[in-house]
Amino acid sequence: MMLRVKDLTVARGGLPVLAGVSFSVDAGQAVMLRGPNGSGKTTLLRTIARLQDPVAGQIECDPDQVAYAAHSDGLKSMLSARENLRFWADVYGGGDVEAALEAFELSRLAERMAAHLSAGQRRRLGLARLLVVKRPIWILDEPTVSLDEASVALFANGVKAHLATGGLALIATHLDLGFAAERFDVSAYRATAEAVGLGASDEAFL
Amino acid sequence: MRALLLRDLILAIRAGGGFGLGLAFFLIVVVLVPFSVGPAPELLSRIAAGALWLGALLACLLSLDRILALDWEDGTLDLLATSPLPLEAALAIKALAHWLTTALPLVVAAPLFGVLLNLPAPGFFWLTVSLLVGTPALSIIGAFGAALTVGLKRGGLLLSLLVVPLYVPTLIFGAEVARRGAEGLDATGPLAMLGGITAGTIALMPFASAAVLRMALK
Repeated sequence: MMLRVKDLTVARGGLPVLAGVSFSVDAGQAVMLRGPNGSGKTTLLRTIARLQDPVAGQIECDPDQVAYAAHSDGLKSMLSARENLRFWADVYGGGDVEAALEAFELSRLAERMAAHLSAGQRRRLGLARLLVVKRPIWILDEPTVSLDEASVALFANGVKAHLATGGLALIATHLDLGFAAERFDVSAYRATAEAVGLGASDEAFL
Repeated sequence: MRALLLRDLILAIRAGGGFGLGLAFFLIVVVLVPFSVGPAPELLSRIAAGALWLGALLACLLSLDRILALDWEDGTLDLLATSPLPLEAALAIKALAHWLTTALPLVVAAPLFGVLLNLPAPGFFWLTVSLLVGTPALSIIGAFGAALTVGLKRGGLLLSLLVVPLYVPTLIFGAEVARRGAEGLDATGPLAMLGGITAGTIALMPFASAAVLRMALK
């Protein structure tokens, strides 16, 4: 199991933001994506998760092995924490909901509606979803936003356990998460017009 | 797929707005018709089938943007698009959930509201049958409209404008079935057409919806 990206060019709103990105992540390895706001981390992650098409280059990974976690947690506020996880577990073919709740210390809140959870608790519930979907490739976009230190430690433990079972993780973050991980700075790959060699595809029609 | 259907049904029941809103709107339209055309029973019984169909269609239209808008706002659509569930299936299920929570209550309520409009006795059966056969097309076309407008702020009005022309064939044949039934004529011809339209949209629309939704997510 591995994730390899070769000469990837990704675009946001028709404009290339990153060009010539190449890296690979092996099983048991975590890579931190770094870069200032607006440098294209989210666009890169969405492209790797196949939510959008790359402008150029190749992504080598099976889309059926990817679990993607975005800025928003995809929680239904009118469902309880357990029901939210149960839904994703069913969609992905059954993971252990109780163990996931336990891992993020949400068991006490399992019956509470997601609408009544705090921002940090919602985030933890969003991350607990990763445990029930049972996918080896984690693609995480700012997973630690609104988490306190203790929760960040829970998340770090979760990632470590995931890596130990042969999973891999690609994480866009500004924090040091307290486990060994390679860093990959995307700002070195900022797309320039010359590097890309093409204008926005829709400009010709305007 | 069952999980998604169950979730949508639970959400519709808990969040409200699903059954109640459409039904209340349908009732309002039906109650207002005699005020606008006058209380003559013969006139009402002549237009009852068409008015009931129009009311049901408008009530259905009212709730379409809820099919996808909420899932878009909280990020669920992104996660669904990366899940093992094909987007086509997810959209078909969501249309089914919409039909169960919005259109089916309308079908059940329509004969009751028919009494208010002096619908002739043989019309009750044909009205129910025509709505039962025709409304699935309204839901599945509506899901397509919802997918088209999903990323737009306040896309509700645009959604109605886009979807209404697509509703026209269903309305023509649906109301024709109910009218012929009410007048005691043979209604099987338009009923077959109505069924054909519904079957065709159910077969094709999920693919179109998934294609436009993928574009919207990019």
